[in-house]
Amino acid sequence: MTNGILEYLTVFVLAAFVGIEVISKVPSILHTPLMSGSNAIHGVILVGAMIVLGYARTGPEEALGVAAVILATLNVVGGFVVTDRMLEMFKAKPADRPRSPKRDGGTGGDAGA
Amino acid sequence: MSRGTFIDLCYLIAAIGFILALKGLSSPKRARLGNIVGASGMLLAIGVTFAQPGLGHIWLIIVAMAVGVAVGVPAARTVKMTAMPQMVAIFNGVGGGAAALVSITEFIGQPTKLVATYKVLEVLFGVLVGAVSFAGSAIAFAKLQELMPGRPVTYPAQQVINAIVGVAIVGLAVAILVTSSTALLWILLILSLLLGVIFVLPIGGADVPVLISLLNSFTGLAVAASGFTLDSNLLIVAGTLVGASGMLLTRMMSSAMGRSLPNILFSAFGSVITATGGAEGDDSRPVRSGTPDDIGVLLAYARKVVIIPGYGLAVAQAQHVAKELADALMARGVEVFYAIHPVAGRMPGHMNVLLAEANVPYDELKEMDEANPQMSTADVALVVGANDTVNPAAKSTPGSPIYGMPIINADEAEHIVFLKRSMRPGFAGIDNELLYDPKTVMLFGDAKDSLQKLVAAVAAA
Repeated sequence: MTNGILEYLTVFVLAAFVGIEVISKVPSILHTPLMSGSNAIHGVILVGAMIVLGYARTGPEEALGVAAVILATLNVVGGFVVTDRMLEMFKAKPADRPRSPKRDGGTGGDAGA
Repeated sequence: MSRGTFIDLCYLIAAIGFILALKGLSSPKRARLGNIVGASGMLLAIGVTFAQPGLGHIWLIIVAMAVGVAVGVPAARTVKMTAMPQMVAIFNGVGGGAAALVSITEFIGQPTKLVATYKVLEVLFGVLVGAVSFAGSAIAFAKLQELMPGRPVTYPAQQVINAIVGVAIVGLAVAILVTSSTALLWILLILSLLLGVIFVLPIGGADVPVLISLLNSFTGLAVAASGFTLDSNLLIVAGTLVGASGMLLTRMMSSAMGRSLPNILFSAFGSVITATGGAEGDDSRPVRSGTPDDIGVLLAYARKVVIIPGYGLAVAQAQHVAKELADALMARGVEVFYAIHPVAGRMPGHMNVLLAEANVPYDELKEMDEANPQMSTADVALVVGANDTVNPAAKSTPGSPIYGMPIINADEAEHIVFLKRSMRPGFAGIDNELLYDPKTVMLFGDAKDSLQKLVAAVAAA
């Protein structure tokens, strides 16, 4: 399947150009959400993790697959939720301010650990 | 249409969703919609993956995903906006870890003797880059969360150790290519984790955000490598999108700091000595420090006050008090706006997020280019926990390490008030002439405490 690798390389190169093109005009205000948003997108590794776990035949493969699915799911949901929270605040304009002050309950949920 | 074709078609739609998501993030108006489009694409991709012919362990997959959701959603919901950079670091790190694990699993699942060389190369790349991203993000998290000192960590023979680890990894990679040995792959994983740690240790706290962006890009590339291994166009497209855009974003960020990327990544080795040497020496010059009451009066009777927030404001989590002060001043008829340097805060663009969280209206935030022409008409420039981003040496001293970095022209205001913990230089480690300027008044202390005192003083004035 030597043709396969060339096909994938083509996709790779084109995607690289698209990636550079789409973010070349991002204003610096949005750098943080952009970082977090693209962070969510590489969570697509979850699809890969599902596939390796789904076709696992041995115990070690299953164990690694489960770990990969858990980590990848964290990446996906965390990435999208965090980005959405940030962007929600960016919408806050003086007009609809009373509605939007959604501050964290501050209930020690500082999930860092 | 066969089931396989249908699945691939859905993957294509998901990939378009990801591109639109990134595209949407180039304007504040469409950004949120873009993010939702991206999330929908992700949901579609995950959904149809369940329909892959012959996919087993369905329940195991669902349980593992449930665990991820149960941990990830509450964490992402409750994290404070000031802690956002370390949260992004963590989510990035687990993605890199997952990519490394996927590559390893695919490798040990194959009848190893017959694997083509380029397949092994893809696995090696996925494991190496994924593991570096995982370990590097963990250290970056620890630095931002202040679990370990944010300053660059240096130790004797650092470069020698780095070189040894690097050479060992290359040697191992060659050995794995020749032997296809799984045991060696595990050793490579461990060494790659070590490389991630020693790569990040010497990078200073203020530079960690740029580093996270770089590691984000690395994770994207690791995902793309897994895509090659698994013959998945979706993973290749999404991973490469993130890898390429992340690389560009990293460069944009470092140029906003007026430094090259290699300088940010590797400067700690050489520059620490010169930085501390120059800074501590000449503390004999007089500095004017004021009481909160003096400064409160100065602010209350000004016509135009520009607040310049920086890293210190983020650390002290003082954004809400800053807004209180601004509101109190505006209630007295003072014109107030915030001048935001592109790299203020703990992450480029972070200050905008923090102030948006404190409900500061959009139109009171002015970006540097918009703020600078107005600085000369300001009565007071109130610098809260910023230093390097207002240091005139960036304009006037060609030999200075920050020379050429764009700054906010606080020096043009009639009065300058610095809220600072101490006379210590900022992260760049260089003296700020502005602190000794006759127009400058210092108020020492934690940014939040100082702002609270000023709110009280303005109310009394």
